[in-house]
Amino acid sequence: MKPAPFDYYAPASVAETVALLQQHGNEAKLLAGGQSLVPLLNMRLARPGVVVDINRVEELKYIRADGDSLAIGAMTNQRSAEQSELVRERNPLLYAAIRLIGHPQIRNRGTIGGSIAHADPAAELPALVVVLDAEMRIAGPHGERTVAARDFFVTYLTTALAEGELLTEVRFPSLPAGAGWSIQEMTRRHGDFALAGAIATLTLSGDTISEARIALFGVGATPVRLPDAEARLAGARLEQALLAEVGRAVSTSIDEPLTDIHATAEYRRNLAGVLTERALIEAAARAA
Amino acid sequence: MPSRDVRLSVNGVSYEASVEPRMTLVDMLRHELGLTGTHVGCEHGVCGACTVLMDGRAVRTCIMLAVQADGAELMTVEGLAKDGELHPIQQAFMEERGLQCGFCTPGFMMSIHELLKATPDPTEEEVKDALGGAICRCTGYEAILKSVRSAAKKMRP
Repeated sequence: MKPAPFDYYAPASVAETVALLQQHGNEAKLLAGGQSLVPLLNMRLARPGVVVDINRVEELKYIRADGDSLAIGAMTNQRSAEQSELVRERNPLLYAAIRLIGHPQIRNRGTIGGSIAHADPAAELPALVVVLDAEMRIAGPHGERTVAARDFFVTYLTTALAEGELLTEVRFPSLPAGAGWSIQEMTRRHGDFALAGAIATLTLSGDTISEARIALFGVGATPVRLPDAEARLAGARLEQALLAEVGRAVSTSIDEPLTDIHATAEYRRNLAGVLTERALIEAAARAA
Repeated sequence: MPSRDVRLSVNGVSYEASVEPRMTLVDMLRHELGLTGTHVGCEHGVCGACTVLMDGRAVRTCIMLAVQADGAELMTVEGLAKDGELHPIQQAFMEERGLQCGFCTPGFMMSIHELLKATPDPTEEEVKDALGGAICRCTGYEAILKSVRSAAKKMRP
């Protein structure tokens, strides 16, 4: 048997889950879609004493329009979100990002909340919630709280979730009216984790950029927003030369991208700039 | 570690087994139920050889726990042929030489089954998207794509 032994619980509600997490403290590991955790268990890189499987918590599986936002239960699987008319209509950028996650077989199990709570900095959804200023709803022993996406990711695989807490819902605000968007990533093979990626949204008023947002993934310990680049773009005339200039500036501003067997830090730095420029060009083309 | 009872249906047959929570679903299929058609390749969710249908959806059984499939309806490669007759997907693989060693084939077939059920006439892009998560080391991808096209034709009414 590949994983080390563990005690297993499959609660049916959020309240039951919180009670189990409280009871078992840092011995316990939540099991969502399992597409990252079970490989780690199989390789014994993770050896939790207790696995709390929340796949039977039905109250966390939903996709709802709520005013201007899309509220998605944390245990909604990625394939259901990909196939949801509501998601495609309300948030085509979310749809595009989900399509880049692994493969259909992975998305059939992988969940929206699981990917975000796992906080792999090379994953698409963490960067997406950061660029959209999404809100994370959290349940825990002291009740519920909400954390802004930009405060949620602490470092590599680490979030603002405290012991005993779980992510219950992600609220994705709609894109501003007329906003263009783009998600760009470089992978060695289709469906792989990105070596680096960029997401941009861009709003135009005539020839002038009224707002731009950019987030990068795969270039640091967390997904990052680029406030300097966003400020450079806001209020400026939309020109190819400007987007190229911003791309170059982004390349030099990336702090310490990782060097690993897949790519050097220098390559990732270059890629961050190139992908930022491509994302801005595509977002501008889509902007109304 | 106390074992837990898992009841599930595979290819329409009900099974029950008592397994440790840490047992993966593919190990239960192969070792507890004797259904060895589903293969184990990479054992960490990369190669796709262990893919089966769970409640109609293609999933990787090496990165699922058996206890998670309690109450589920599975379909494995053993469920394709009926009464000694090959399923159109199997027939197409044979005719188009979609396999060489055959190790990856059960996983490919289950992913193709999910695809063709939802999309009877898929585009090249849709086929590639559905099969991107399966690896064949005999480099038979061209022949596999041909097999899918042929199977789709056979399965359309």
